[in-house]
Amino acid sequence: MDVGTERTAVGIRDVVKRFGTFTALTGATLEIRDNEFFTLLGPSGCGKTTLLRMIAGFEDVTEGAIFLFGEEIEDLPPNKRPVNTVFQHYALFPHMTVAENIAFGMRMLKQPRAEIEARTLKMLGLVKLGDFAERKPHQLSGGQQQRVALARAMAPDPKVLLLDEPLSALDLKLRQAMRVELKQLQRETGITFVFVTHDQEEALTMSDRIAVMSAGEIQQTGTAHEIYEKPANRFVADFIGETNLIDVTIEQVDGKSCLCRLEGGTALEATAAETPMAGAKGHISIRPERLSLTEAEDGVGELAGTVYHTVYLGTDTQHLVRLDDGAEVIVRTQNAHHAAVDFNPGDRAALQVDAGAVRLLVT
Amino acid sequence: MAGGFGGGATVSRTFAPVRNWLLLPSWAVIGIFLVVPVGIMLVYSFLTKEFRGGVIWEFSLAAYDQFIFDRGLFGDEAPTIEWTYITIFLRSIIQALVATVFCLVIGFPTAYFIATREPASRSIWLFLITVPYWVNLLIRTVSMKFLIRDNGPLNEFLLWTGVISEPLALVNTNLAVQLGLFYSYLPFMVLPIYASVERYNFALSEAAADLYADRWTTLRQILLPAVRPGIIAGCILVFVPSLGAFLAPDLLGGAKNFMIGSLIEEQFKGNAGNWPFGAAASMILLTMVLIVLMFYARQQSRADQGGR
Repeated sequence: MDVGTERTAVGIRDVVKRFGTFTALTGATLEIRDNEFFTLLGPSGCGKTTLLRMIAGFEDVTEGAIFLFGEEIEDLPPNKRPVNTVFQHYALFPHMTVAENIAFGMRMLKQPRAEIEARTLKMLGLVKLGDFAERKPHQLSGGQQQRVALARAMAPDPKVLLLDEPLSALDLKLRQAMRVELKQLQRETGITFVFVTHDQEEALTMSDRIAVMSAGEIQQTGTAHEIYEKPANRFVADFIGETNLIDVTIEQVDGKSCLCRLEGGTALEATAAETPMAGAKGHISIRPERLSLTEAEDGVGELAGTVYHTVYLGTDTQHLVRLDDGAEVIVRTQNAHHAAVDFNPGDRAALQVDAGAVRLLVT
Repeated sequence: MAGGFGGGATVSRTFAPVRNWLLLPSWAVIGIFLVVPVGIMLVYSFLTKEFRGGVIWEFSLAAYDQFIFDRGLFGDEAPTIEWTYITIFLRSIIQALVATVFCLVIGFPTAYFIATREPASRSIWLFLITVPYWVNLLIRTVSMKFLIRDNGPLNEFLLWTGVISEPLALVNTNLAVQLGLFYSYLPFMVLPIYASVERYNFALSEAAADLYADRWTTLRQILLPAVRPGIIAGCILVFVPSLGAFLAPDLLGGAKNFMIGSLIEEQFKGNAGNWPFGAAASMILLTMVLIVLMFYARQQSRADQGGR
C-alpha cells in the first residue's frame, strides 16, 4: 500500500510510538482517503488517541512517516499542519467569546478581517449557534460547547479534521443526535474526518471505514459491514457487537471455506479470511442474531442444546443455550417475528445457523 | 447555588445563636490585631507631637500638613510644597514597582518551570524555593550586603573573571535595594503563579497550536489571560510589602535611598521621633495599599464574570 500519494488524505507508514520503555503503537500503517469519515476504534489504551495526536503534531513520531496529501509532515510543529482538532473536553478558550473562539484560527492565519467575520457568521449558522456569538464558553451547555469546538476547528477550512472522542462528555440523547449531525456536516463540507472513539455504536453509525485497534496495533481496517460480518480475528469479532466464539478443529479445507468440528463432534461449514490449515485449531464466530431456535428433533449431526436462561430485552429476546457439545451460546430472536414456540429454561432446542454466518478465526 | 440556598437558610436559622458564639474568636482576632491598632494610628496621626516621642492629646492636622507643606523653620512663612517626603514616597512606589516587575520577570518562568515538571518533583522544587525563608529576613538582608560589598564574593568573582577591573560599588545604591527587595519577596511571586499555572489546562495551549498560533502568541493570548489572577496576586504580594519595606533600604540603600518604611520607622525610634507624623505617614501608606487592593478586587470580580 502506497500511503504517500496525493490521493491519500492521511498516510501512516510503519509508525511506532514509544514512551520510555512503553510501546504505545507497534507499527501502524493506514491509508485514510480524501472525503472519508474514518474512525479509529478501540478500547482505552489501544493507541488510537496517540495516533491521532501524532497526526495533529502533539506527539513526536518515534519511527515511521506520516503523510498529508503526499507531503511528509511528521517533523512539522502542530501550527504548521493544515489539520484541526476537536478536543475531547473541547478546550475552548475561556476568556474569549464564542465568535472569538471560532475566529481564532483564521486570525492566526492572518486572513483578511472581512473574510474572518463572514466565515465566523457562516460557521455559527452551520452549527446553529447564531444567537450565542457573544457568549462566553462557560455560559453554554455541553452540547453547545461541543458545537463551538466543531465550528472553531472547521473554520480555517482544514484539509483533515481530527476528532478526539468529541461526544464522550455528552449524555446519550445528545450523543445520538450529534452523530447524525456530525455525519451530515462531514458530507456537506467534504472534509476528511478522522474520528477517535471507544464506542462501537458511534463508529458503526457514522464511519465510511473503521480501523479497529488493540494493544498498539491495527487489527482490521474496513467498512462497518466488513468488520462486523467478516472480522479478521478473535479480538475484532469480540469487540464489535456480540458474538459466540466456539473452539473448533479445522477439517476438509476447500479454498477459504472448510468444515469446523466442535469438541462434541458436530461439524459446521465456515469461511475464513485466508485459506486455513486442515487439522489446526481455531474458533468460529457466530453472531447471536444469526442463530435461531427450533424444537429439538435430536437428529444426528444437528446442533442442539438446553436453554438455561432467557432475557426479555424489549425489541428482542435473548436465549442462553448450553450446547450438547459443551459450549454456551447466545441466541437472539426479534420479538416482532413471533416465534412459533416459546422457549423456557430447561427446554431442549435445536439451533439453526443462517447460511454463511459461521466465520472461522485462526488468530 | 440557587438550589442549595433553601437548605442553607434553614441550617443557619437553627444554628444562628451557636454560630455567632463560634465566630467570636475571629471577631476578637480581627478587632485586637487589625481594628484597634489601625484605630490608634489614625487617632495619633491627628494629635500634637511631644518632643521626646509620644503625643499630647490635642487635635492637630500638623502631621499631615508637615508631610505636604513647608512653612519655614518657625511655621510662619507662606506654605510651599514640601518635596522631601513626597519624593521619598514616590521613590518608594517606583522601587516597589521595579521590584515587582523584577520578581515577575524572574518569577513567572520559574513558576512555569516548576508547574510543568513531573508531579513528584514539583514539591522538591517548591521546597527549594522556600528554604531561604527559614532564616530571618534581617539576617538574609545582611548576608546580601556581604555578598555584594566591594570585597565580597560577587565582586571577587567578577574581578577574577576579568569582566571588571575595579570592584562595583553596589552597596548604598538603588540597585542594592532592588536586589534586597527582589530576594526578600520572590517566593511571594512564584507561589501564586505556580498555583495558577498548575491549574492551567494545557489542552488550551495545544488547541492554540492546532489553530496555527506560534508559541509566543499562545503564551500571550492564551496562557497569560488564564493565569492572570495568579500574576496579579503575586504582584500585590510583592508590591505591598516592598512599598513599606525598611530593612532592605536601611541596610543596603543607605541614607540616599530612604523609603517610606524607613521614614516611618525613624519616627518611632528612640527619642527623636515624631509619633503623629509617623502615624500620618502610615495612614498615607495604608491608603495607597488600599487603592491597590481595591484595583485588584475589581480586576478579580471582572475575571470572575468573564472567565470560569
